[in-house]
Amino acid sequence: MSKDIKIKKGLAIRLKGEADKSLSNAPRSRTFAIRPSDFHLFTPKLVKKEGEKMLAGETLFYSKKNQAITFSSPVSGTLTKIERGPKRVITGLTIEADQKDTFKDYGVKSPETLSSQEIKDHLLASGCWPFVKQRPYDVIANPDSKPKAIFISGLATGALDADLDFVLQGKQKEVQTAITALSKLTDGLVHLTVAKDSASMLSEMDHVVLHKTNVLHPAGNVGTQINKIDPVNKGETVWTVAAQDLVIIGELFLTGKYNAERIVALAGSCVKAPKYYKTRIGSEVATMVYDSGLNHENVRVISGGVLSGDTISPKQHLGFYHNAVTVIPQGDDYEFFGWNKPVFNKISPSRALTFSWMQPNKEFELNTNTNGEHRAFVVTGNYEEVFPLDIYPLQILKACLVKDLDAMEALGMYEVAPEDFALTEFVCVSKQPHQQIIREGLDLMYKEIG
Amino acid sequence: MGLKQNLHTLKMKYKGTKMAPAFNAIHTFLYLPNETTHNGTHIKAADDLKRTMNMVIMSLVPCLLFGIFNAGYQYNVQTGDVTKALSFFSTEFWNFSNFTIGAWKVLPLVVVSYGVGLIVEFIFAVIKGHEVEEGYLVTGMLVPLIVPVDIPLWMLSIAVIFGVVIGKEVFGGTGMNILNPALTIRAFLFFAYPTWMSGDKVWVTGAVDTVGQPDAISGETILGSLAQNNGFGDWSMMDQFLGFIPGSVGETSKLLIVVGALILILSKIGSWRIILSTLVGALSMGLIFNGVVNAGWVTESSKFFGLMNVDFWQHLFIGSILFGAVYMATDPVTASQTNKGKWIYGFLIGFISIMIRVFNPAYPEGVFLAILLMNVFAPTIDHYVLEGNIKKRAKRLKLKTA
Repeated sequence: MSKDIKIKKGLAIRLKGEADKSLSNAPRSRTFAIRPSDFHLFTPKLVKKEGEKMLAGETLFYSKKNQAITFSSPVSGTLTKIERGPKRVITGLTIEADQKDTFKDYGVKSPETLSSQEIKDHLLASGCWPFVKQRPYDVIANPDSKPKAIFISGLATGALDADLDFVLQGKQKEVQTAITALSKLTDGLVHLTVAKDSASMLSEMDHVVLHKTNVLHPAGNVGTQINKIDPVNKGETVWTVAAQDLVIIGELFLTGKYNAERIVALAGSCVKAPKYYKTRIGSEVATMVYDSGLNHENVRVISGGVLSGDTISPKQHLGFYHNAVTVIPQGDDYEFFGWNKPVFNKISPSRALTFSWMQPNKEFELNTNTNGEHRAFVVTGNYEEVFPLDIYPLQILKACLVKDLDAMEALGMYEVAPEDFALTEFVCVSKQPHQQIIREGLDLMYKEIG
Repeated sequence: MGLKQNLHTLKMKYKGTKMAPAFNAIHTFLYLPNETTHNGTHIKAADDLKRTMNMVIMSLVPCLLFGIFNAGYQYNVQTGDVTKALSFFSTEFWNFSNFTIGAWKVLPLVVVSYGVGLIVEFIFAVIKGHEVEEGYLVTGMLVPLIVPVDIPLWMLSIAVIFGVVIGKEVFGGTGMNILNPALTIRAFLFFAYPTWMSGDKVWVTGAVDTVGQPDAISGETILGSLAQNNGFGDWSMMDQFLGFIPGSVGETSKLLIVVGALILILSKIGSWRIILSTLVGALSMGLIFNGVVNAGWVTESSKFFGLMNVDFWQHLFIGSILFGAVYMATDPVTASQTNKGKWIYGFLIGFISIMIRVFNPAYPEGVFLAILLMNVFAPTIDHYVLEGNIKKRAKRLKLKTA
């Protein structure tokens, strides 16, 4: 059943400031925050009130639609601030952390002896469920659905991504425990994909079907792997879990604690000493960014990678699903005749007086400038060069823009997530926001079809 | 620093007003804007639409320069002021006299084409409040290259206005149009003023004015001559390849069109699929006609014989099939948008072009009609290509449930 994947269409974006493979402990953050916007299409219902104390791993809020799905506090502390947006939607929960974490005990359990339902209940109660996401719609998995398979990507191929082999070092037991637990949640298979020449311990896991792939981005995107291994059809569901979250799930079974510890890559050309930090979900990124120091003043801080992360300020907090913090120069400056002069210092998939094709191994220092204005779709054929899924990218984007639900469904909307369109967005000559278009398309389908 | 800062202040001042698009068009021409990404990808590739269009224009510049010299050269050859050029770098061709006569004729076409077209674009941008789009930069360059050199400027102006408004802006501007605007302009001229766009009197400057005089200038093209069953005339294969022949301003030199094609393909701007398949389509139709002639179904008495009997590969050297394949058929907005569709689209353009060329003696150049026709059918081709993908997906589902 194991299948080798060969990705020919894609783009290797090489950037300056890759994280050095050394691990430091980030200074303990004073405040932690959970942003409900990380959990797309989920409306939080609070359990704790402002000023209330809580243990690490204690339920903070649950989903309004499905009360079984709970979200836990990453630290022990006091809920100090509830931010609300328009219509009183909760946009942020800030927790002032105690000096030391005291954990709520969920009890040591062995997934081998538990039934499928017991594992599910355990994950739901402890707040580990939000780590399990589903396709279609790229949202937190519906625990009542039956997934035909579970996919785990064992490699990261995006620019400046955290190296999973490094992040998962010494966590073999946790990862195996989590995989064993997950394998009981599906009647189908657990697919794990690793790099072809990888010597990582992931290739020795039990209860999985192992696949090998080359490392051209987006081979590491779980969406690419699903499309190549077992694509989602209408009416089917697959679940996905990010490799770094397996550690948290595994630890829950082994120790009974929801330990939101995470190893994060601090990378980007503006970081003085890019390296890995051990920190927790929701901690202030300032703890890492200023510990390492910056060599630019005007910067963009991103929770996540440069292709799909969120813009934040250094005072804000690490996103729930992110294992990288990237800092790149802000590009809010004009460039004289920037549209027609030869370009040597930017990446381009074409050769229109752009010379990145002559420097395949150069690491570039890209900023956030759009390099041009937003336009209607004009150029064709360039998305296909970087889009390995068996889907017509331009046509599905247009279907989303005109809200043509039938066309979206027929063209493969059930299979995609916004991150699958990061590369097409990067190369887009018309500077269209592909990921946003896909996200809005998925939201519309979720609302209309469910 | 000074200019940059002043322009930025002006931009902020005009922001949100009616004139903002007009100002921004000039501003972004000088400076790459200071716009930054929001969420989504935080970095972007270096290419934008301006750079893409700029590449196309640069690939057209050799054709324009050659066209200027050729306009003067054709006139001077007929008046006997220069003798026939024998090699590509011959001074009989590249001289000042040819240049001044040609420039005096061709540059006004360029100025009118850009001037009128951009005014229309600016007006629409201001009315509709969108940015001035780059599409016209290429159209404005193509138009002077595909008209006869003596076309009156007022006709060109009317045609440009028609082409931009009806061909493009009514659909919503660059990226939304169904027909190639440059070809819409040419089609308008052709059907509104046929005497200025076809026949044997318009392809060399001065030919119209000297009709009936003893030293009259002949304005006939090879294609016209062939359509009359008169053979290739005085022009050798080499003349045709290098471009020392009468014809529309910029499409005579096959050598420079090949150079332009290489620029487009190597810079990954033009679709090599379309260019290649158009040529394959043209060659196939040519081969079929050659076969018909060889089989003896069409004899010399037939009015189609002249063009049918042309060796299939020679079709690429006469008329504007090569120019059409490289610069017109590859327009990404009006072509098929799927890679598979591009093969079909290009093949049919080439195929139909030669068919029209042979069967329409009144106006033997069929390329622009063939491209316009396929522009209309491009969405249909794409529809069936997509249908294939959709069927595959449906089949996958059926296999599962069965």
